[in-house]
Amino acid sequence: MNKTSLIIQREYVTRVRKKSFIIMTLLTPLLLALIFVVPALVMSNNDKDFKKIAVIEDGGDLFKGVIPDTKDAEFVYLTNTSLSDIKSTFSEKGYYGVLYISDLVTTVPNAVQLISKKQPPIGLLDHISNSLEKEIERQKLLGYNIENLDEILKTINSNVDIQTIKIDEEGKSKETSTGIAMGLAYISGFLMYMLVFMFGSQVMRGVIEEKTSRIVEVIISSVKPVQLMLGKIIGIALVGLTQFAIWIMLTLAIVAVVQSKILPEKTIEQVQQLPQSLGQAEPSVAGTGTPAATQMTQIQSLFASAMNQRWGLIIFAFVFYFITGYLLYASLFAAIGSAVDNETETQQFMLPVTIPIILGLIVAMGTMQNPESSISFWFSIIPLTSPIVMVARIPFDVPAWEIALSMGLMLVTIVACIWMAAKIYRTGILMYGKKTSYKEIWKWLTYKG
Amino acid sequence: MPLFEAQNVTKRFATQTALDGVSISVPEKSIYGLLGPNGAGKTTLIRIINQITAPDSGTVMLNGRPIKPEDVYKIGYLPEERGLYKKMKVGEQALYLAQLKGLTRAEAMRRLRYWFKKLEITDWWGKKVEELSKGMQQKVQFAATVLHEPQLLIFDEPFTGFDPINVRQIKDEILFLREKGATIIFATHNMGSVEELCDNITLINKAKTILEGRVDTIRQEWAGNEFDIVFDGEVTPSGNEHFSVIRSHFEKGRSNVRIKAADTHDTNEIIRSMTAAGTVIAFNPALPSMNDIFIRVVETKNSEAAKN
Repeated sequence: MNKTSLIIQREYVTRVRKKSFIIMTLLTPLLLALIFVVPALVMSNNDKDFKKIAVIEDGGDLFKGVIPDTKDAEFVYLTNTSLSDIKSTFSEKGYYGVLYISDLVTTVPNAVQLISKKQPPIGLLDHISNSLEKEIERQKLLGYNIENLDEILKTINSNVDIQTIKIDEEGKSKETSTGIAMGLAYISGFLMYMLVFMFGSQVMRGVIEEKTSRIVEVIISSVKPVQLMLGKIIGIALVGLTQFAIWIMLTLAIVAVVQSKILPEKTIEQVQQLPQSLGQAEPSVAGTGTPAATQMTQIQSLFASAMNQRWGLIIFAFVFYFITGYLLYASLFAAIGSAVDNETETQQFMLPVTIPIILGLIVAMGTMQNPESSISFWFSIIPLTSPIVMVARIPFDVPAWEIALSMGLMLVTIVACIWMAAKIYRTGILMYGKKTSYKEIWKWLTYKG
Repeated sequence: MPLFEAQNVTKRFATQTALDGVSISVPEKSIYGLLGPNGAGKTTLIRIINQITAPDSGTVMLNGRPIKPEDVYKIGYLPEERGLYKKMKVGEQALYLAQLKGLTRAEAMRRLRYWFKKLEITDWWGKKVEELSKGMQQKVQFAATVLHEPQLLIFDEPFTGFDPINVRQIKDEILFLREKGATIIFATHNMGSVEELCDNITLINKAKTILEGRVDTIRQEWAGNEFDIVFDGEVTPSGNEHFSVIRSHFEKGRSNVRIKAADTHDTNEIIRSMTAAGTVIAFNPALPSMNDIFIRVVETKNSEAAKN
């Protein structure tokens, strides 16, 4: 059997068999699933109950019937009741809480209080404040004595939801949503950062282990050092891919099981509506009109723009940059591992490798705000940062030539980087006892075969 | 024809010369000692033989041809700095190392059974390396080194970490391997084992060869003017113009006497003086130990270098 594949096999098998690997691989999806499921459970407990809320107003009946009932909550307007009367007894009378509106409400923003025994859901609070705000605005407008005010209000009542349409070079227009692109960019940029760092440093630790356990000289009397280095890098990449695949499958499976078995269907609907109800918390020009209809069109347009993303390109780019980015950094990490005697000594060499990764991540985050900026452009072309930045840029439609340039540069850099790393590695793994300096490493690069 | 030959090998690192025109010639089926103080360049030479590093100049020949990358299968190497993967099981690890030397899994398995039994480490097959004592680990490494039955075996300080019983066992195995046809290069500081095992040696000091040849020839050349005489009964000869007595020791009815002859001496005169002193049982030129020779040669060279 080919020796490099023997090395890959050993790296893979010994790592996959480790207890820590098995535990990590099984536990992580459980944790991820918890992150998805727990909020759903919490929401279902909180929101399921129908709430009856007493409304009390100081000095007048300006807000009688102003807050419309929802499917979860009913608002009962109580006259002739003072706050102190009901404050201690509302739950015995079957109320979820008491909404108290003071007479200062038109001038002081926090003159409204909701008294309840439990933390009320955000959606309910939004519903109340939106209704009250609108009524206060209406009443203030009334003060200006404008004719036909009600009709004017109806016509100016509008709801704005920006849809972005991008026109490509052939003039075809596409509906895109910056939200989806941003989400994708964020996830892929961050994932790339994590994966490269996690598995790259595993390579480094593996090299240090071989060096400190002194097995390395036995092995390189049978194989070339570069074979040992590449075998380790590839073996660990396969371990990473295996772990990743198991994580995705298990997480999806657990979420699916939990959704179908434990949570009632209604909750799922609510969970799915969560982003929309949260969205309402933002200062939108909320209309009394038909929120449900607006939500529907929002969801539809989100799906439409998700479909419009060039998924093929995104996935290809992600895989390409993952593999190349990993190879680039793993070879640097391997070189570092070979130059030191133990893990504490890696610090001085880690910095120059870590900086581009972190810089890449920062620029990638900035890219989401402004994908066409020149800094994003350059960082997505330069090989050390391009795996993270370009992946974050691609959902925003990057010109083909930029992608080609970036990928081409990446490939050239990898070859150069592996060649350099192999030279350092070859000398470094046989050096014991003395602290290595940058100057020393430079000399290693110039040694002959 | 020598099995292995290095001619005029030079290797320089940035600040120092590790080997400066060193040549060695290892006859087939012999044990060749590679001696020298720490940092003399032995390990560099061994690494060149193993093609871990390449020489700057000079040729390295195996079986009369320049050495090729495939020749690693014909070489077995036990480095001085050796270890095993601590978390890996002993058997798996030995199998892995054997496969890297080109054996199939089945063949490696068959041979490992034989060697593990021979070295009495079969019970350790399923244990993790970290659970083994240092001596046990060394035995596993020894087995992994010889498993692919290489033509040329290189042992760098093979006895460190072994107790005397295991040293004996490993020495026997090395002699057994030579009988079966292997050629062995043996790097060590342990001069006792050099006398016992080596046929030829090369002594390297400060990147250069300072002594080489057959062990018995070298010892005779360095014998100088000393003789060992054994007398029956307690006898102490007194020195004269031909010789002086260095030491005399009486034990179990015999006297062991070492004398130093004068620079211009007649051996027959000395023998006559001895027979006059008592009943001579044995009269031999005293061979210096390799240890003495090592120290004398290296110190002479170093003081010469200091003068220049």
